Amino acid sequence: MDLSVRIGALTLKNPLIAASGCFGYGVEYADIVDLSSLGGIVVKGLFLNEREGHPPPRIVETPAGMLNAIGLQGIGVRRFVDEKLPELRARRATVLVNVCGTTLDEYVEVSRILSDNEGVAAIELNISCPNIKEGGIQFGCSLIGTHDVVAAVRKVTTLPVIPKLTPNVTDVASFARAAEEAGADAVSLVNTFLAMVIDVETRRPKISNIVGGLSGPAIRPIAVRMVYECRQAVKIPIIGMGGIAEARDALEFMIAGADAVQVGTANFVEPGIWPGLLDGIGDYLRRHNVARVSDLVGTLDLREREKAWTSS
Amino acid sequence: MPIDVSAEVIRNHPLSTDYNVLALRAPAIAGAVAPGQFVMIKPGRGFDPLLRRPFSVFEVLRDADGTATGLTILSKRIGASTAQIYDAGPGQRMMCLGPLGRPFTVVDPPSEAWMVAGGVGLAPFATLAESLRARGVKTALFYGARRAAELFYLDFFRQLNVELVLTTEDGSLGEAGRVVGPLDRRLASRPASAPVMLYGCGPEGMLAATARIAIKHARPCQVSVERVMGCGLGGCYSCVVPMRGEDGRFHHVRSCLAGPVLAADQIRWE
Repeated sequence: MDLSVRIGALTLKNPLIAASGCFGYGVEYADIVDLSSLGGIVVKGLFLNEREGHPPPRIVETPAGMLNAIGLQGIGVRRFVDEKLPELRARRATVLVNVCGTTLDEYVEVSRILSDNEGVAAIELNISCPNIKEGGIQFGCSLIGTHDVVAAVRKVTTLPVIPKLTPNVTDVASFARAAEEAGADAVSLVNTFLAMVIDVETRRPKISNIVGGLSGPAIRPIAVRMVYECRQAVKIPIIGMGGIAEARDALEFMIAGADAVQVGTANFVEPGIWPGLLDGIGDYLRRHNVARVSDLVGTLDLREREKAWTSS
Repeated sequence: MPIDVSAEVIRNHPLSTDYNVLALRAPAIAGAVAPGQFVMIKPGRGFDPLLRRPFSVFEVLRDADGTATGLTILSKRIGASTAQIYDAGPGQRMMCLGPLGRPFTVVDPPSEAWMVAGGVGLAPFATLAESLRARGVKTALFYGARRAAELFYLDFFRQLNVELVLTTEDGSLGEAGRVVGPLDRRLASRPASAPVMLYGCGPEGMLAATARIAIKHARPCQVSVERVMGCGLGGCYSCVVPMRGEDGRFHHVRSCLAGPVLAADQIRWE
C-alpha cells in the first residue's frame, strides 16, 4: 500500500499535513507527536519581523467549531530559521512554511530568506488570513492580487509555491485558476470563514478583534464543496482542509479532489490524532482494494446520478 | 513530558450546587505533576463543546504505599464543559492531557508562604500546601469567597497546619470584604527583614490587586493565571498574557508554556 502523495516536485510520505496556525512551529508538539511521521507540517505564518498579534480574548467556541483572531503573532522569519528550523530538521520533519506579507515585497523577501535555507520543503502563501487588515487578504480577495503575489514569489524560489485560498469570496475556483496561471505548484484551501460571536448579556463581541475566522467540523461540508469546485477548475494539486477530525473526513476531501489534506483545529482537541488518522486511511484503502492513496483523488462517483437523470 | 490518557472517573463529589471535586484515574500524570501545573480535560465526546478545558491539578491521590493513583480537579459550573464535569459519574471516561505548564517555585524556610485564593482559585494550593509542609515552610492561606458555603476544604488546610485567613463578601464567615484587605494589612505589619513569598490564584481583579499589594510591599509574588486556552501545548496562541521581556517591553507570552504560574510584577495588568 502506497500512502505517498506528490505535490508538484515534492513527495510527501503520506497525505496528512498539520495546518498552519494550529500546530505552533511544530516543535511544541514534539513530545506528543512523532513529527517525522507526518506528511508535513505547515508552521505558523511568518512575516519578516516579529508580531505581537491581537490582545486576548482571541478565541471563542461555537457549535462544532471555534472562532479565532490571533492576529498572526509570530517570531519573524529570521528567528524561525535560527531557533526552530534546526530542531525541525533534527526531528526529520517535512517543513512547509506559511509566508505572510503586508506588501508584495515582504512576501518575496520572506520567501527568498526561506529558500536560502536547507530544510524548507515548500512555501504556503498566506493570502487569506481574515483577521488582520494589512496582511494578505487584500491579495487573496483579488484575482489580480492573487496572480501578482504568486508570480512574484515564483520568480525568487525553486521551492513549491502553494497559495492558501480564502473561502470568503464568491467563486473560490476562479482564485485557484488565477494561482495556477501565475505558476503556483498547488493550492491549499480553505482558510477560515469570517464570522462573529456576540455575548448577548453584555452586547460585546466575544473576541477582541470583533470578528474572526471560523474553523472546525462545522465548516467541513462547505470546504469539501469548495475543494470539489476547484478540482474542476485546475490541474495542479489541491491540499484540502476544513474541520477534519477523523479518517473519513480526510478521505472525503480526497475523493472530492484533494491530493493531500491538512488537519488544524482537531490538533487542539486531540494532539495525538495522527496515528489513528493514518490507520483509518490504511484500513479504508485495504477495504476498497486501493493500492495507492493517490488513486483516490477526485474519484467522486456521479455515474448513478447521471443515469437516473437521463432515464427519467 | 505531557501524556494524554482516557481517564476513568473514580468519584464525583459535589461541594455545592456549582462546585465539585472530580477524581480521575490518571496515575502517570498524577505521579509526574508539580504544584501549579494543569491538565486539559475533554469531559464529553463529540463536537459541542469542541475544545478541552484547563484545570489546575487540585489533589494527587495516593494508595497506601504513597504511589500516585489519580488526581482531582476543583471545578465550578459556568458553562457546557463544567456542567458535564459537574454531572459526570463514576466509570465514565474523559480525555486528560498533562501535566502541563510551569509549576510554582516552592520556597524554603526561613521564608514564609502566603497563598491568596479567590473562589475556584483555591485549586492549585492543595498540592502547594503539601509541598510547603514537606519543606517545613510556615504557610498561610488567605481565602475569599462570596459566602461561607463557598469556602471549601478548610479542614484539609488546617490539617497541614496552614493558617487560615478567611473573608466573605457577605460577612457570613471570616472578615467581610475582599481577601486582599487582610493581605495588605498583614504585609504592612511584617518587618521587611522577614521574607515571605506570595502565591495568588483567582479572579483577574483579585490577582491584579494582589500583584499591586505585593509590589507596594516589595514582596515576590507568583500568580497562576487563567486564560481562554485552546490547546494547552503552545499550538494555538490563544492564552497569551502581556509580560515584560528582557528588552523591557511587553510581549504576548503563551500562558500554557511560560505559565500558568507567572511573576506578578512582570505582567501588564489591564
